[in-house]
Amino acid sequence: MKEIILIKIGEIVLKGLNRKNFEDKLIKNIKRKISPLGEFEIKNQQSTITLIPKNDDIDFDDVCYKISKIFGIAAFSRAAICEKEMSTIKETAREYLYKRLKTSKTFKVESKRSDKKFSLKSPQISADVGEYILEKFNNLTVDVHNPDIIITVEIRDSFAYIRGESLPGAGGIPVGTGGKAAVLISGGIDSPVASFMIAKRGVDLVAIHFASPPYTSPRAEEKVKLLIEKVSSFANRIELIIVPFTKIQEEIKRGCPDELFTIIMRRFMMRISEVIAKNHQCFALITGESLGQVASQTIEAIACTDPATSMPVFRPLIGMDKDEIVLISRKIETFDISILPYEDCCTVFTPKHPKTKPVLSAVVEAESKLSLEGLINDAILNIKSQIIYG
Amino acid sequence: MREIYLDNSATTQVSEKTIEKAVELMRQKYGNPSSLHAKGLEAQNEVENARKIIAKTLNCDQTEIYFTSGGTEANNLAVFGAAKAMKKRGNKIVTTAIEHSSVYESLKELENSGFEVVYLKPDIFGMVTKEQFMEEIDENTILVTVMMVNNEVGSILPVDQIRECIDLKKSPALFHVDAVQAFGKMPINISKIKPDLLSLSSHKIHGPKGVGALFKSKSKRIYPRAFGGEQQDKVRPGTESAPLIAALGVAVSEIDIESNYKKVLELRNYLVKKLNGISEITLNSGPDSLPYIVNFSVENIKAETMLHFLASHNIYVSGGSACAKGKASRVLKKLGIPDERVTSSIRVSFSKYNSKEDIDALIEGLLDGIKSLVKIKE
Repeated sequence: MKEIILIKIGEIVLKGLNRKNFEDKLIKNIKRKISPLGEFEIKNQQSTITLIPKNDDIDFDDVCYKISKIFGIAAFSRAAICEKEMSTIKETAREYLYKRLKTSKTFKVESKRSDKKFSLKSPQISADVGEYILEKFNNLTVDVHNPDIIITVEIRDSFAYIRGESLPGAGGIPVGTGGKAAVLISGGIDSPVASFMIAKRGVDLVAIHFASPPYTSPRAEEKVKLLIEKVSSFANRIELIIVPFTKIQEEIKRGCPDELFTIIMRRFMMRISEVIAKNHQCFALITGESLGQVASQTIEAIACTDPATSMPVFRPLIGMDKDEIVLISRKIETFDISILPYEDCCTVFTPKHPKTKPVLSAVVEAESKLSLEGLINDAILNIKSQIIYG
Repeated sequence: MREIYLDNSATTQVSEKTIEKAVELMRQKYGNPSSLHAKGLEAQNEVENARKIIAKTLNCDQTEIYFTSGGTEANNLAVFGAAKAMKKRGNKIVTTAIEHSSVYESLKELENSGFEVVYLKPDIFGMVTKEQFMEEIDENTILVTVMMVNNEVGSILPVDQIRECIDLKKSPALFHVDAVQAFGKMPINISKIKPDLLSLSSHKIHGPKGVGALFKSKSKRIYPRAFGGEQQDKVRPGTESAPLIAALGVAVSEIDIESNYKKVLELRNYLVKKLNGISEITLNSGPDSLPYIVNFSVENIKAETMLHFLASHNIYVSGGSACAKGKASRVLKKLGIPDERVTSSIRVSFSKYNSKEDIDALIEGLLDGIKSLVKIKE
């Protein structure tokens, strides 16, 4: 039996004149994600994108998994495709949805007829198919209000489509329609979730990771690559930039009051990230900060970190509890990677008693003893970069 | 840059002859040791030869050697197999608080299913005395499991005095020795130690990973952990990994305990003398520990930092135990070593391939690190 996938596009239908751009981008994203799985013909009509496989050996479970991770899709469904002939349609419905029909108690048939030349009208098609199914499955009764399963029959120009229920899509906006931003990623639970959330709003990502060998492990870098790979499975390819951070952390540790270590470190991260972001045509920075989660994420601390950059800083997790963040990280499969126990730049020099209410003037004063420009330029000169595909 | 490998308690470099043997079996003698034809016999002969070599080294009967996939499986088989076979005789298990995780975690699992496990407390150097065993072993004790050499600090436990305790207390206990870190580094005589079970591993003695062995006294019965064919008296069924087993045989035959010990003792003494001259360093290993392992702490530098720093100089050591992957060492904590020394502890472990030059390079690396790395507390 030949199968196809029907994709209902999401929010982008609202976007007026830009709609074509959004749809083109979405189709491009879909093509890129599914092309390794086989060849498809892709049609776009009436807010529905149809994927028609060109060969028979395509694993539809794999295709659906990939589709479920593409932003800009509200819902999608698998459908069987058959001749526009009532007896074939009925038999296809029985066979294609057999498992679901056998285990359900109630059902209903909905029909749509875009081929107006088809001999029967929609209500008649539904009635005919419904009668046939009732006859074949004695476990089923009709319930038009709250059925366990809805059989949808669509009569198109050349074929009929038969499908069961649709699956939820990833929502959001097609990645690549919303510009580019740079995410600061440490290896913890939060930053991959923040990346995911901004990618969902259509934004392409660049990832920036700060490494401090020998204080941090080469495995921390490997871990970040795995995390980016997961995020990238929702987004486009992501460029990962690794910033050598050892010298800066050593200088802060030696030259500044211990309780201000984290704040000053984060200000350095912001400044360096801003330079990298601008070089990569990014319009904003993204962090995984959540208000009050740790000392450097109090409102006072953020008020001290923010002035270090003139770029907008997106903090999509700012109002979320840890539990809520963990829930998403499990959903996007980054949690188990995030909890691998390697030292990263954020944990290695954590002071015992960090200041939870730092004052900006004191921070600036402490910083002034360091050669800011020299340290930052040095770090930027020595960045390494690689492209990661999910 | 020359590679300086000082992490031999984690694993060792595989010897050339051992590699050749494994390749020979994979390439030519690839038969299933259980097959009745000549190709099977050829492989079986290699397996039996390895069994013979190990039995001779341990001074036991070759029918008492069971090959496993390594030290962890041997320890699991011994602990669970003994507990299940003995559970009608009593409920108590006596061990030490510093066993390797493959024994420790197995015992934790047995505790969940109702066994009472007594973990004897070591002194600061990782020693547990015969008297402590005497005090705990009783008629209700069904298993005594003790490591011969501790893998983190190298302390040598009095395994040759435990049989006497079990006999004196008229205990039915089976006696298991985890000899993974001791095997090939100090003499192990079954008829002297009189264990019922004893585990060993191949990759700690220049053999390949993925193979180990359990000695089981022929007069004692344990319950299997895996079920399948008739191989190895059904104690450990499954097609024997003939290439790895034959290679283990070669690795064992290559060991010269005495001359290696002499060489490593000299290296240890040389290292300890140098370490004692560095004020930031405190030794964690005791003076009577096995010379193959030297554990020490570097003041205010996290073990992982020092480890990566040394690695960037091509010097490879361990922080605590490699199996714990970055977690603070349970064993060192149990010894009563203060937390800040636990998190900064480095383990150096030798093999016959090491030299004084390796130690000079290590010391130079340590001094360099102490000078240049930022301390936790300045």
